[in-house]
Amino acid sequence: MILNRNAVMKFVIRSMATLLLLCSWQAQARLVIEITQGTEGALPIAVVPFGWLGGADSRTDVADIVAADLARSGRFAPLDKGQMPQQPHSGKEINFAAWRAAGVEHIVVGRVQSRQGDERMVEFQLFDVVRGVQMTGYSIPASSPRMRRVAHQISDIVYKKLTGQRGAFNTHVAYVTVERSGKESLYRLSIADADGHDEQVILTSKQSLMSPTWSPDGERLAYVSFEKGRSLIYMQEIDSGKRELLAEFKGLNSAPSFSPDGRRLALTLSRDGNPEIYLLDLRSRALTRLTHSRGIDTEASFAPDGKAVLFTSDRGGKPQIYRLKLENGRPVGRPQRITYEGVYNARAAFSPDGKRLVFVHGDGKRFRIAVQDLESGTLRVLSDTRFDESPSFAPNGSMIIYATERNRRGVLEAVSVDGNAHQRLGLSRGDVREPAWSPYILK
Amino acid sequence: MKVKFLGLCVVAAGMVLLQGCSGGENIRDGDVPIDDRSIGAEGQGDAAYSEGGAQSSGVEMGSEFAGRPVEELLNDPSTPLSKRVFYFEFNSAELSAADRDAIATHARFMNEVRDVTVVLEGHADERGSREYNLALGERRAKVIERMLTLQGVSQDQIQVISFGEERPQAFEHDEESWRLNRRVQLLYSGY
Repeated sequence: MILNRNAVMKFVIRSMATLLLLCSWQAQARLVIEITQGTEGALPIAVVPFGWLGGADSRTDVADIVAADLARSGRFAPLDKGQMPQQPHSGKEINFAAWRAAGVEHIVVGRVQSRQGDERMVEFQLFDVVRGVQMTGYSIPASSPRMRRVAHQISDIVYKKLTGQRGAFNTHVAYVTVERSGKESLYRLSIADADGHDEQVILTSKQSLMSPTWSPDGERLAYVSFEKGRSLIYMQEIDSGKRELLAEFKGLNSAPSFSPDGRRLALTLSRDGNPEIYLLDLRSRALTRLTHSRGIDTEASFAPDGKAVLFTSDRGGKPQIYRLKLENGRPVGRPQRITYEGVYNARAAFSPDGKRLVFVHGDGKRFRIAVQDLESGTLRVLSDTRFDESPSFAPNGSMIIYATERNRRGVLEAVSVDGNAHQRLGLSRGDVREPAWSPYILK
Repeated sequence: MKVKFLGLCVVAAGMVLLQGCSGGENIRDGDVPIDDRSIGAEGQGDAAYSEGGAQSSGVEMGSEFAGRPVEELLNDPSTPLSKRVFYFEFNSAELSAADRDAIATHARFMNEVRDVTVVLEGHADERGSREYNLALGERRAKVIERMLTLQGVSQDQIQVISFGEERPQAFEHDEESWRLNRRVQLLYSGY
């Protein structure tokens, strides 16, 4: 068949246009992760590309995902594929001497076996290269669309085995994106895997969406929406999309935060005159007022044992963090001020072990993310930007994700709790903000 | 530019006959479409407002506003009533003496025209935490609300809404934008 040259060109141009269209669509719906600062002393590890047995597949690259997870934690330095002395898929194929010579201390090998239809069996083993022994190994059945999830589970197992700490790779992040076009803004409340993949938009609105927060079972989000012209609190089931209006009192309805048992919601209402913290019993809908001050009290966040809330108050003149003890959902004693350094401390959250808090720390010039040890009171600033907001701990306490501004755009960044590892999650256009790291996923 | 304005008219339309929906200089870009603009479940003042039912379009003789239609007064740039945006320092809800004078004029006006209602929209700049800023926007609007009610304006004539840092007027990340964004806007219904 002879094609006229013009027709070929037309076809090529049209294909390219289609491709570009696809690319821009994809870029819009995906957070891109970039590791901006690694850690010295990260453990040298090799995650060898997994072998495939029995037929072709979409070939989700399990090993790539595991290596990227481990690198993001800042605790591991995975070896480049190009520098691997061999590509074994099982323990008996490993030439330990070659890996020792490559400076690797641990190696992950594995294979994926196709079964009926979508079904797969993923097997992997973790070896101590120095001693030449297996440290752990699992066979994990999975359907093809769940391969990313399986990869994150493998990362969790490896991380736990080598650091002693539970991994938080198989988790999600909720966040709000904003795109402005002309006079309109489009707000989206989205959830993605902790590595930025598989974004799922759960709500779209032309009005502001704010303050997403996870229920402790990871099945619902509470958030603030301005869809009725002012700030009201909603709760939404992630899978079904079913949503419920939780608070539409006169004045502000803001800053929702679930109690660890999921039975109550702490929230800020100004229905009694000025912003105060209340507890809403999600079953009886009874309200208990927790704070009484003439200042602003807001941004409540529960202790992991449910026996205290942190909140922001400017009762002393400037916003600072206070802690109020609770017993069965009732306040005990008076709130104690927790932060003294800096002129502006707000939006605090407990670390999952309850020993530290993270918050927005203003020194008069910048607003950065700081962690404070509760017992010693020692404060450490973790970020180096100017407009940091909304810090949120990973459920294992290893990393903190927060929103900041880079090149006049809203981006998310994550930092390890020791301040050593940094990474950035950005959108190709628009702003992304208010990240909330999910609890562990149990399903 | 007129969208918000029309929105307010729709809200008020069931309650009182309005003069018209044109004009308004403090309305800004990017505002809500008409049907999204509801005053909320516990919206204040509607009952008293509709009972009054007054449709005065002019003002009693003998006052500083004597003999002038409300619409004309509100659109006259030479009266203090034309000042309907008030600016604040960072993390502050304090008004300047000149602003307090302008608000006193608004109070006298609202006292004379009892069927006029106002929405006080509180805003903050982007610095600091979003939830605290939402509360700060409300505090700013409530300072003006309190000044109005202390001078006799009925609570039913006022509604406070805070948008915190969610609806900036200026989008740069610099002092000038922040200054413009730390504000309370007075939005009279229907004028």
